[in-house]
Amino acid sequence: MKIYLRRQLNLLEFTLSSLLRRKGKNLALLVVFSAIVFMLASALLYSHALRREAAILLKDAPELVIQKMVGGRHDLLPQANLAKLAEVRGITQIHGRLWGYLFDPIAAANYTVMVPQTNPPEPGFAIIGEGISGARGAEPGDQLSFKSHDGGLLTFRVAQVIAYESALATSDLFLVNEDDYRRLYGIAPGLFTDAVAKVRNPREVGKAAEKIAELLPDSRIVLRDEILRTYESVFDWREGLLLVLLTGAVLAFAIFAWEKASGLSAEERREIGILKAVGWETGDILLMKMWEGGVMSLSAFLIGYLLAYLHVFYLGAPLFEPVLKGWATMYPAFRPTPFIDGFQVATLLILTVLPYLAATVVPIWRAAIIDPDQVMR
Amino acid sequence: MIELSEVRKAYNQGKPNEFWALRGIDLRLSLKAVTVFMGPSGSGKTTLLTMIGGLARPTSGRVRLMERDISSLPEKFLTDIRRRTFGFVFQSFNLLKGMTALENVMIPAYPLGLPHEALRKRALEMLDLLGMAAKAESKAEWLSGGEAQRVAIARALINDPDVIIADEPTANLDGQLAEQFLEIMAELKARGKTLLMTSHDPRIRKAAVVDGIVWMQDGQIASSD
Repeated sequence: MKIYLRRQLNLLEFTLSSLLRRKGKNLALLVVFSAIVFMLASALLYSHALRREAAILLKDAPELVIQKMVGGRHDLLPQANLAKLAEVRGITQIHGRLWGYLFDPIAAANYTVMVPQTNPPEPGFAIIGEGISGARGAEPGDQLSFKSHDGGLLTFRVAQVIAYESALATSDLFLVNEDDYRRLYGIAPGLFTDAVAKVRNPREVGKAAEKIAELLPDSRIVLRDEILRTYESVFDWREGLLLVLLTGAVLAFAIFAWEKASGLSAEERREIGILKAVGWETGDILLMKMWEGGVMSLSAFLIGYLLAYLHVFYLGAPLFEPVLKGWATMYPAFRPTPFIDGFQVATLLILTVLPYLAATVVPIWRAAIIDPDQVMR
Repeated sequence: MIELSEVRKAYNQGKPNEFWALRGIDLRLSLKAVTVFMGPSGSGKTTLLTMIGGLARPTSGRVRLMERDISSLPEKFLTDIRRRTFGFVFQSFNLLKGMTALENVMIPAYPLGLPHEALRKRALEMLDLLGMAAKAESKAEWLSGGEAQRVAIARALINDPDVIIADEPTANLDGQLAEQFLEIMAELKARGKTLLMTSHDPRIRKAAVVDGIVWMQDGQIASSD
C-alpha cells in the first residue's frame, strides 16, 4: 500500500512537472475550461438563488388571493364580495387590495403602483423603490408627475426610498395613498383590484378555496403554493434554456479536448516512447495522463466555480441577469444571499470534469500503447 | 548468457512495404563483457538490440535471457524485466526537454514507488559517478552533446541494470568525448556490467575495452570475433 501511494505521488510529481513544461498550451486549455465551468456555474448558482429568494418572499405572502372574473378576464372586486368572504369558515382575515401598473415614458419603464395596508403615505406623497429612484434621479422631497386616467397631471412628492435589502420585490414599487390611487386610475370607492385572505389552519387552504369558489362562482382563487410553483417553473424554463445553450459549449469543449488528446504532437509521442523504453508500463503512462487530465479539469472546475461564486454573489451576475431574471425594463439591483448546494456542485462536477476525462481517455490510451522501439528507429 | 535462436523480424508484415530487418539470427552473448554490433546502415544492428532489450518482439524465433525466454512474455512482465535488467542509451540521447538533468535521470525509477528523497539521492549519485553532479539542475536543452550523453548514461544506470544497451553512442561526439565515453564503458565493465552497443565508429572497434564484435549484413550475422 505504501509503495502504491508513493508510486502515485511520484507519477503525480512527474505529471506536474510535465504540465509546467508546456505552460502556454496548458494555460490556454485551463482558461477555456475555466470559462465553460464559470458560465455553467453562474447560471446554476443564480437561478438557484432566485428560486430561494422567491420562496423567502412568498413565505409571508397571503395564503389566498381572490380575483373577480368577467368574460374570463380579471375585473374589479366589489366591497360586497369582501363581506361575503369574511363569513367563510376558516378565514381569519380578509382585505381588498389596490394595485396596478403605471408606464413612465421618461424612464420607459413600468412601475408597480400599490396601496400599502399599513402606514400608507400622506395624500400627495409616494414611497418609491430604488429602481425608480435611480431611473428618475428622485430623492426624498423631489416631485414626480404622472398622467392620470383622465389625462390630468398628478404630482407626488417622494416621502421615502425603500431600502436595498428588499430590492427584488420593491425595485419598481410606487406606494401611494388610497385616495391618490383611486384618482390616478379612476376607480370608484368600494371597488378593489383583488382580495387577500388568511386561513386559520394552513392545511385547510384547499378547503377554504373550494368554499369561496362555491360562494363566488365568478372568482378565481390563487393559492400561495401555486404562485411558488409558477415561479419555480419560470426559473426552471429559463435555466433550462440557458443550460441547453451552454451544453453546446460543453460539447464543443469535449470535442476540443478529444482533438487535443488525439492529436498528440510528435514531441509528446516521442516522450511516451522514451518513457516506455526506459521501463514505464502502459498503465503508468495511462495513470500519468489521467493525473494530468484530473489536475487540469479539477483546477479548471475550482477556478471556474470560484469565479462564478464571486460573479453571482458579489457582483449580482451581470452576465446572466437579463436571461434569468425576466422581461422587466427596470431590473432590481438584486444581490442574492451566498449559498452552496452540494447536489448542485456534484451535478456541475459531473457535467464538466467527466466529459473532459471521457473525451481524453481513448486518445490517451492509443498514445500509451505506442511501441517502445519507436524511439530506437 | 543472452541467447538468440532463429530470430526474425518483419516490419509492415503482409503489406506491400513489408521489410525483413532480421533474417534468422543465432547468437550467444557473454555477460559482463562488451560486445559491439557493426555493419552498414539498414543491416539490422539496432533492430537486433531492440529484440535483446525487450523493446520489441521478434516475428519468429526466441530471445533468452539467463535461460528465460523473454520473447513471448506478456507486456507487463517484459516491461518489468526491461526496467530491472536493461539500461538504454539512445543515439540522440532522448532526454526530455524542459526537465533538469536530475529529473531526467530519475524518470526510469518513478514507477518503482521509491520515496522521493531516496530517488533523488540515487539520481544524484549516478550524476556524480559520471562527473555531472554540478549540472544536476541544468535543463536538458542547455547541456552540450557530451554532457547530455553522460546524463543519458546516468539515466540508464539508475535502476542498477545488469545490461547496458547503447545505440551508436559516439555518433554525435567528437574525438575527445568519444574517448571519455570509452573510459566510462571500461568503468562500467569493471563494475560487472554487460555492454551491448551498435556502432560505425572505428575508434570503438579498436578500443581495448571491447571483448567482441558482431558484423551484420542484410539482417544476418556476417561474422563475429
